Amino acid sequence: MRKALGLFAFLAFVLFLFAATISLRPFGEPPHAEMDSYFIEHAQEEASANNVVTSVVFDYRGFDTLGEATVLFTAVSGVLMALRHYGGKEK
Amino acid sequence: MTTTIIKTTTRLLAPLILVFGSYIILHGHLTPGGGFQGGAVFASGLILLIVANVRDKVQKLFEKTPLTQLESLGALGFLGIGLLGLMSYTFLKNAIANSGFLFGGTTPQGINPGYLNTGGTLSYLNIFVGTKVLAGLTSIVLIFFLILRRERDEW
Amino acid sequence: MNGSLFVNFPFIVVALLLALGFYTIGFKRNLIKVIIGVEILEGAVNMFIVALGYVKGGYAPIYTQAPQEAVGKMVLPTPQALTLTSIVIGVAVTALMLAFAVNIYRHYGTLDVTRVRRLRG
Repeated sequence: MRKALGLFAFLAFVLFLFAATISLRPFGEPPHAEMDSYFIEHAQEEASANNVVTSVVFDYRGFDTLGEATVLFTAVSGVLMALRHYGGKEK
Repeated sequence: MTTTIIKTTTRLLAPLILVFGSYIILHGHLTPGGGFQGGAVFASGLILLIVANVRDKVQKLFEKTPLTQLESLGALGFLGIGLLGLMSYTFLKNAIANSGFLFGGTTPQGINPGYLNTGGTLSYLNIFVGTKVLAGLTSIVLIFFLILRRERDEW
Repeated sequence: MNGSLFVNFPFIVVALLLALGFYTIGFKRNLIKVIIGVEILEGAVNMFIVALGYVKGGYAPIYTQAPQEAVGKMVLPTPQALTLTSIVIGVAVTALMLAFAVNIYRHYGTLDVTRVRRLRG
Protein backbone atom coordinates (compact mmCIF):
# COMPACT_ATOMS: atom_id res chain seq x y z
CA MET A 1 0.00 0.00 0.00
CA ARG A 2 2.71 2.45 0.97
CA LYS A 3 4.77 1.40 -2.01
CA ALA A 4 1.85 1.94 -4.40
CA LEU A 5 1.30 5.42 -2.94
CA GLY A 6 4.98 6.22 -3.42
CA LEU A 7 4.89 4.96 -6.99
CA PHE A 8 1.84 7.14 -7.72
CA ALA A 9 3.58 10.24 -6.33
CA PHE A 10 6.67 9.40 -8.37
CA LEU A 11 4.65 9.07 -11.58
CA ALA A 12 2.96 12.42 -10.92
CA PHE A 13 6.40 13.97 -10.40
CA VAL A 14 7.68 12.52 -13.70
CA LEU A 15 4.61 13.89 -15.49
CA PHE A 16 5.33 17.30 -13.99
CA LEU A 17 8.95 17.05 -15.15
CA PHE A 18 7.96 16.36 -18.74
CA ALA A 19 5.34 19.13 -18.76
CA ALA A 20 7.99 21.55 -17.49
CA THR A 21 10.44 20.34 -20.16
CA ILE A 22 8.04 20.90 -23.02
CA SER A 23 6.96 24.35 -21.83
CA LEU A 24 10.53 25.52 -21.21
CA ARG A 25 12.13 28.11 -23.48
CA PRO A 26 13.65 26.69 -26.69
CA PHE A 27 17.12 25.22 -26.45
CA GLY A 28 19.95 27.46 -27.60
CA GLU A 29 18.39 30.90 -27.06
CA PRO A 30 19.27 32.24 -23.59
CA PRO A 31 17.05 35.25 -22.81
CA HIS A 32 19.43 37.17 -20.55
CA ALA A 33 23.06 37.22 -21.69
CA GLU A 34 24.18 40.72 -20.71
CA MET A 35 26.55 39.62 -17.92
CA ASP A 36 28.09 36.86 -20.00
CA SER A 37 28.65 39.09 -23.02
CA TYR A 38 30.37 41.58 -20.70
CA PHE A 39 32.64 38.75 -19.52
CA ILE A 40 33.39 37.63 -23.07
CA GLU A 41 34.22 41.15 -24.25
CA HIS A 42 36.28 42.34 -21.27
CA ALA A 43 37.96 39.15 -20.00
CA GLN A 44 41.13 39.70 -22.03
CA GLU A 45 41.86 43.20 -20.76
CA GLU A 46 40.59 42.80 -17.19
CA ALA A 47 41.68 39.26 -16.32
CA SER A 48 44.45 38.86 -18.92
CA ALA A 49 43.48 35.34 -20.01
CA ASN A 50 42.43 33.88 -23.35
CA ASN A 51 40.22 31.27 -21.66
CA VAL A 52 37.08 33.09 -20.53
CA VAL A 53 35.93 30.22 -18.28
CA THR A 54 39.21 30.33 -16.34
CA SER A 55 38.94 34.08 -15.91
CA VAL A 56 35.38 33.69 -14.59
CA VAL A 57 36.40 30.92 -12.18
CA PHE A 58 39.58 32.50 -10.81
CA ASP A 59 39.07 36.24 -11.23
CA TYR A 60 35.43 37.32 -11.26
CA ARG A 61 34.29 34.54 -8.91
CA GLY A 62 37.50 34.00 -6.95
CA PHE A 63 35.77 33.77 -3.57
CA ASP A 64 33.65 30.90 -4.90
CA THR A 65 36.77 28.97 -5.86
CA LEU A 66 38.32 29.60 -2.44
CA GLY A 67 35.23 28.08 -0.79
CA GLU A 68 35.35 25.15 -3.20
CA ALA A 69 38.96 24.37 -2.28
CA THR A 70 37.93 24.47 1.36
CA VAL A 71 35.14 21.97 0.65
CA LEU A 72 37.65 19.56 -0.88
CA PHE A 73 39.91 19.86 2.17
CA THR A 74 36.93 19.26 4.48
CA ALA A 75 35.96 16.14 2.53
CA VAL A 76 39.46 14.66 2.81
CA SER A 77 39.56 15.23 6.56
CA GLY A 78 36.00 13.85 6.86
CA VAL A 79 36.95 10.62 5.07
CA LEU A 80 40.02 10.30 7.29
CA MET A 81 37.88 10.86 10.40
CA ALA A 82 35.21 8.35 9.35
CA LEU A 83 37.65 5.55 8.54
CA ARG A 84 40.35 6.10 11.16
CA HIS A 85 38.95 3.48 13.56
CA TYR A 86 39.67 0.66 11.17
CA GLY A 87 42.99 1.74 9.72
CA GLY A 88 45.34 1.50 12.64
CA LYS A 89 48.23 3.89 12.83
CA GLU A 90 49.24 4.45 9.19
CA LYS A 91 48.06 7.57 7.34
CA MET B 1 44.36 -8.18 -9.53
CA THR B 2 48.02 -7.28 -10.03
CA THR B 3 49.17 -9.35 -12.97
CA THR B 4 52.33 -8.71 -14.96
CA ILE B 5 50.35 -7.24 -17.86
CA ILE B 6 48.71 -4.61 -15.66
CA LYS B 7 51.98 -3.72 -13.95
CA THR B 8 53.88 -3.27 -17.23
CA THR B 9 51.10 -1.24 -18.84
CA THR B 10 50.88 1.00 -15.79
CA ARG B 11 54.62 1.57 -15.73
CA LEU B 12 54.49 2.73 -19.34
CA LEU B 13 51.28 4.74 -19.08
CA ALA B 14 51.60 6.58 -15.76
CA PRO B 15 54.43 9.00 -16.76
CA LEU B 16 52.51 10.02 -19.89
CA ILE B 17 49.38 10.73 -17.82
CA LEU B 18 51.40 12.78 -15.32
CA VAL B 19 52.97 14.86 -18.11
CA PHE B 20 49.55 15.44 -19.68
CA GLY B 21 48.13 16.59 -16.32
CA SER B 22 50.99 19.06 -15.85
CA TYR B 23 50.39 20.40 -19.37
CA ILE B 24 46.69 20.97 -18.64
CA ILE B 25 47.52 22.78 -15.39
CA LEU B 26 50.20 25.02 -16.93
CA HIS B 27 48.12 25.95 -19.99
CA GLY B 28 44.95 26.58 -17.99
CA HIS B 29 44.65 30.20 -19.11
CA LEU B 30 45.08 29.40 -22.81
CA THR B 31 43.38 26.10 -23.68
CA PRO B 32 40.41 24.16 -22.30
CA GLY B 33 41.23 22.95 -18.82
CA GLY B 34 42.65 24.52 -15.72
CA GLY B 35 43.67 23.73 -12.19
CA PHE B 36 40.80 21.45 -11.29
CA GLN B 37 40.78 19.37 -14.45
CA GLY B 38 44.56 19.07 -14.65
CA GLY B 39 44.74 18.12 -11.00
CA ALA B 40 42.15 15.41 -11.58
CA VAL B 41 44.15 14.01 -14.53
CA PHE B 42 47.38 14.06 -12.50
CA ALA B 43 45.63 12.34 -9.59
CA SER B 44 44.26 9.66 -11.93
CA GLY B 45 47.83 8.84 -12.96
CA LEU B 46 48.86 8.46 -9.32
CA ILE B 47 45.70 6.42 -8.61
CA LEU B 48 46.65 4.09 -11.47
CA LEU B 49 49.96 3.51 -9.70
CA ILE B 50 48.09 2.81 -6.46
CA VAL B 51 45.55 0.29 -7.71
CA ALA B 52 48.00 -1.69 -9.86
CA ASN B 53 50.41 -2.56 -7.06
CA VAL B 54 50.25 -4.71 -3.96
CA ARG B 55 49.73 -3.16 -0.56
CA ASP B 56 53.29 -3.25 0.80
CA LYS B 57 54.74 -1.67 -2.31
CA VAL B 58 52.13 1.11 -2.27
CA GLN B 59 52.87 1.81 1.36
CA LYS B 60 56.59 2.03 0.62
CA LEU B 61 55.96 4.20 -2.44
CA PHE B 62 53.71 6.73 -0.74
CA GLU B 63 55.31 6.82 2.69
CA LYS B 64 57.63 9.65 1.70
CA THR B 65 55.14 11.51 -0.51
CA PRO B 66 54.04 14.66 1.39
CA LEU B 67 50.37 14.64 0.31
CA THR B 68 49.09 16.49 3.39
CA GLN B 69 51.81 19.09 3.09
CA LEU B 70 51.05 19.56 -0.63
CA GLU B 71 47.37 20.14 0.12
CA SER B 72 48.18 22.72 2.81
CA LEU B 73 50.66 24.35 0.43
CA GLY B 74 47.92 24.69 -2.19
CA ALA B 75 45.49 26.36 0.21
CA LEU B 76 48.11 28.72 1.67
CA GLY B 77 49.39 29.61 -1.80
CA PHE B 78 45.87 30.45 -2.95
CA LEU B 79 45.39 32.74 0.06
CA GLY B 80 48.82 34.32 -0.45
CA ILE B 81 48.16 35.11 -4.11
CA GLY B 82 44.78 36.51 -3.07
CA LEU B 83 46.41 38.74 -0.46
CA LEU B 84 48.87 39.94 -3.12
CA GLY B 85 45.90 41.67 -4.74
CA LEU B 86 45.54 43.88 -1.67
CA MET B 87 48.66 45.74 -2.85
CA SER B 88 46.69 47.40 -5.60
CA TYR B 89 42.94 47.31 -4.92
CA THR B 90 41.04 44.35 -3.48
CA PHE B 91 41.37 40.71 -2.50
CA LEU B 92 42.13 38.46 -5.52
CA LYS B 93 42.79 41.46 -7.78
CA ASN B 94 44.94 40.51 -10.76
CA ALA B 95 48.07 42.35 -9.57
CA ILE B 96 50.72 40.49 -11.62
CA ALA B 97 49.17 41.02 -15.06
CA ASN B 98 51.08 43.46 -17.31
CA SER B 99 53.83 43.83 -14.70
CA GLY B 100 56.63 42.05 -16.56
CA PHE B 101 57.06 39.48 -13.80
CA LEU B 102 56.94 35.73 -14.56
CA PHE B 103 53.56 35.07 -16.25
CA GLY B 104 53.13 38.85 -16.37
CA GLY B 105 53.13 39.50 -20.10
CA THR B 106 50.50 41.51 -21.93
CA THR B 107 47.62 39.62 -23.49
CA PRO B 108 46.85 40.79 -27.03
CA GLN B 109 43.20 41.65 -27.67
CA GLY B 110 41.05 39.48 -29.89
CA ILE B 111 42.03 36.16 -31.44
CA ASN B 112 45.71 35.32 -30.94
CA PRO B 113 47.91 32.21 -31.07
CA GLY B 114 48.22 32.13 -27.27
CA TYR B 115 51.34 33.03 -25.33
CA LEU B 116 52.30 31.06 -22.22
CA ASN B 117 53.86 34.08 -20.48
CA THR B 118 50.52 35.80 -19.86
CA GLY B 119 47.72 35.43 -17.37
CA GLY B 120 49.05 37.17 -14.24
CA THR B 121 47.71 35.69 -11.03
CA LEU B 122 45.47 33.25 -12.92
CA SER B 123 48.44 31.02 -13.81
CA TYR B 124 49.66 30.97 -10.19
CA LEU B 125 46.16 30.20 -8.92
CA ASN B 126 45.89 27.37 -11.49
CA ILE B 127 49.13 25.84 -10.24
CA PHE B 128 48.16 26.08 -6.56
CA VAL B 129 44.63 24.72 -7.11
CA GLY B 130 46.07 21.90 -9.21
CA THR B 131 48.45 20.96 -6.39
CA LYS B 132 45.59 20.99 -3.92
CA VAL B 133 43.23 18.89 -6.06
CA LEU B 134 45.83 16.25 -6.92
CA ALA B 135 46.85 15.87 -3.29
CA GLY B 136 43.23 15.69 -2.12
CA LEU B 137 41.98 13.12 -4.65
CA THR B 138 45.07 10.94 -4.29
CA SER B 139 44.85 10.91 -0.51
CA ILE B 140 41.12 9.99 -0.62
CA VAL B 141 41.84 6.93 -2.80
CA LEU B 142 44.96 6.09 -0.78
CA ILE B 143 42.98 6.06 2.47
CA PHE B 144 40.33 3.77 0.97
CA PHE B 145 42.97 1.45 -0.50
CA LEU B 146 45.09 1.12 2.62
CA ILE B 147 42.12 0.52 4.90
CA LEU B 148 40.07 -1.82 2.71
CA ARG B 149 43.06 -3.94 1.65
CA ARG B 150 44.01 -4.65 5.26
CA GLU B 151 41.66 -7.60 5.74
CA ARG B 152 41.63 -9.35 2.38
CA ASP B 153 45.26 -9.21 1.45
CA GLU B 154 45.06 -12.54 -0.35
CA TRP B 155 44.10 -10.84 -3.67
CA MET C 1 4.35 21.37 -29.81
CA ASN C 2 6.07 18.78 -31.95
CA GLY C 3 8.73 21.22 -33.03
CA SER C 4 9.49 22.29 -29.49
CA LEU C 5 9.82 18.64 -28.49
CA PHE C 6 12.70 18.18 -30.90
CA VAL C 7 14.30 21.53 -30.11
CA ASN C 8 14.21 20.75 -26.38
CA PHE C 9 15.83 17.34 -26.74
CA PRO C 10 18.66 18.01 -24.18
CA PHE C 11 16.08 19.10 -21.61
CA ILE C 12 14.15 15.87 -22.17
CA VAL C 13 17.32 13.87 -21.54
CA VAL C 14 17.79 15.87 -18.33
CA ALA C 15 14.20 15.05 -17.27
CA LEU C 16 14.76 11.34 -17.92
CA LEU C 17 17.96 11.34 -15.87
CA LEU C 18 16.23 13.22 -13.04
CA ALA C 19 13.39 10.66 -13.01
CA LEU C 20 15.91 7.79 -12.99
CA GLY C 21 17.87 9.33 -10.13
CA PHE C 22 14.79 9.99 -8.00
CA TYR C 23 13.51 6.45 -8.64
CA THR C 24 16.85 4.99 -7.57
CA ILE C 25 16.96 7.07 -4.39
CA GLY C 26 13.36 6.39 -3.46
CA PHE C 27 12.83 2.71 -4.26
CA LYS C 28 16.17 0.93 -3.93
CA ARG C 29 17.21 -0.54 -0.59
CA ASN C 30 20.94 -1.02 -1.07
CA LEU C 31 22.99 1.94 0.13
CA ILE C 32 25.49 1.67 -2.73
CA LYS C 33 22.62 1.92 -5.22
CA VAL C 34 21.30 4.98 -3.40
CA ILE C 35 24.73 6.60 -3.78
CA ILE C 36 24.70 5.76 -7.50
CA GLY C 37 21.27 7.45 -7.70
CA VAL C 38 22.66 10.61 -6.11
CA GLU C 39 25.45 10.56 -8.71
CA ILE C 40 22.92 10.25 -11.57
CA LEU C 41 20.98 13.19 -10.11
CA GLU C 42 24.13 15.27 -9.95
CA GLY C 43 24.98 14.48 -13.57
CA ALA C 44 21.47 15.53 -14.60
CA VAL C 45 21.81 18.87 -12.81
CA ASN C 46 25.23 19.52 -14.36
CA MET C 47 23.84 18.75 -17.83
CA PHE C 48 20.92 21.09 -17.21
CA ILE C 49 23.17 23.99 -16.23
CA VAL C 50 25.44 23.52 -19.25
CA ALA C 51 22.45 23.17 -21.60
CA LEU C 52 20.98 26.45 -20.28
CA GLY C 53 24.10 28.33 -21.37
CA TYR C 54 24.21 27.09 -24.95
CA VAL C 55 23.84 29.60 -27.78
CA LYS C 56 22.72 28.22 -31.15
CA GLY C 57 25.77 27.76 -33.37
CA GLY C 58 28.11 29.06 -30.68
CA TYR C 59 31.80 28.40 -30.18
CA ALA C 60 33.75 27.61 -27.00
CA PRO C 61 34.60 30.83 -25.10
CA ILE C 62 38.38 30.61 -25.70
CA TYR C 63 40.29 33.10 -27.82
CA THR C 64 43.36 30.92 -28.46
CA GLN C 65 43.45 30.16 -32.20
CA ALA C 66 39.70 30.52 -32.52
CA PRO C 67 38.16 30.69 -36.01
CA GLN C 68 37.46 34.18 -37.29
CA GLU C 69 33.66 33.89 -37.11
CA ALA C 70 33.74 32.93 -33.41
CA VAL C 71 33.92 36.54 -32.19
CA GLY C 72 30.51 37.59 -30.90
CA LYS C 73 29.11 34.05 -31.14
CA MET C 74 30.44 32.42 -28.00
CA VAL C 75 28.68 30.14 -25.53
CA LEU C 76 27.91 31.71 -22.12
CA PRO C 77 30.90 31.10 -19.78
CA THR C 78 29.26 31.50 -16.37
CA PRO C 79 27.20 28.24 -16.42
CA GLN C 80 30.36 26.32 -17.34
CA ALA C 81 32.23 27.85 -14.40
CA LEU C 82 29.36 26.95 -12.05
CA THR C 83 29.36 23.38 -13.39
CA LEU C 84 33.10 23.12 -12.72
CA THR C 85 32.46 24.07 -9.09
CA SER C 86 29.60 21.58 -8.89
CA ILE C 87 31.65 18.67 -10.26
CA VAL C 88 34.46 19.07 -7.73
CA ILE C 89 32.02 19.37 -4.82
CA GLY C 90 30.23 16.27 -6.17
CA VAL C 91 33.45 14.24 -6.02
CA ALA C 92 34.04 15.34 -2.43
CA VAL C 93 30.48 14.49 -1.37
CA THR C 94 30.69 11.06 -3.06
CA ALA C 95 33.88 10.20 -1.22
CA LEU C 96 32.28 11.19 2.08
CA MET C 97 29.14 9.13 1.35
CA LEU C 98 31.20 6.04 0.47
CA ALA C 99 33.23 6.41 3.67
CA PHE C 100 30.05 6.48 5.73
CA ALA C 101 28.70 3.48 3.79
CA VAL C 102 31.84 1.55 4.77
CA ASN C 103 31.29 2.63 8.38
CA ILE C 104 27.64 1.49 8.32
CA TYR C 105 28.58 -1.88 6.85
CA ARG C 106 31.19 -2.44 9.57
CA HIS C 107 28.75 -1.49 12.32
CA TYR C 108 25.56 -3.26 11.19
CA GLY C 109 26.88 -6.01 8.92
CA THR C 110 24.46 -5.04 6.14
CA LEU C 111 23.80 -2.28 3.64
CA ASP C 112 19.99 -2.67 3.60
CA VAL C 113 18.44 0.66 4.58
CA THR C 114 15.35 -0.92 6.15
CA ARG C 115 17.48 -2.92 8.55
CA VAL C 116 19.99 -0.18 9.25
CA ARG C 117 17.21 1.99 10.68
CA ARG C 118 16.83 -0.26 13.71
CA LEU C 119 19.03 0.85 16.58
CA ARG C 120 21.40 -1.81 17.83
CA GLY C 121 24.09 -1.93 20.44
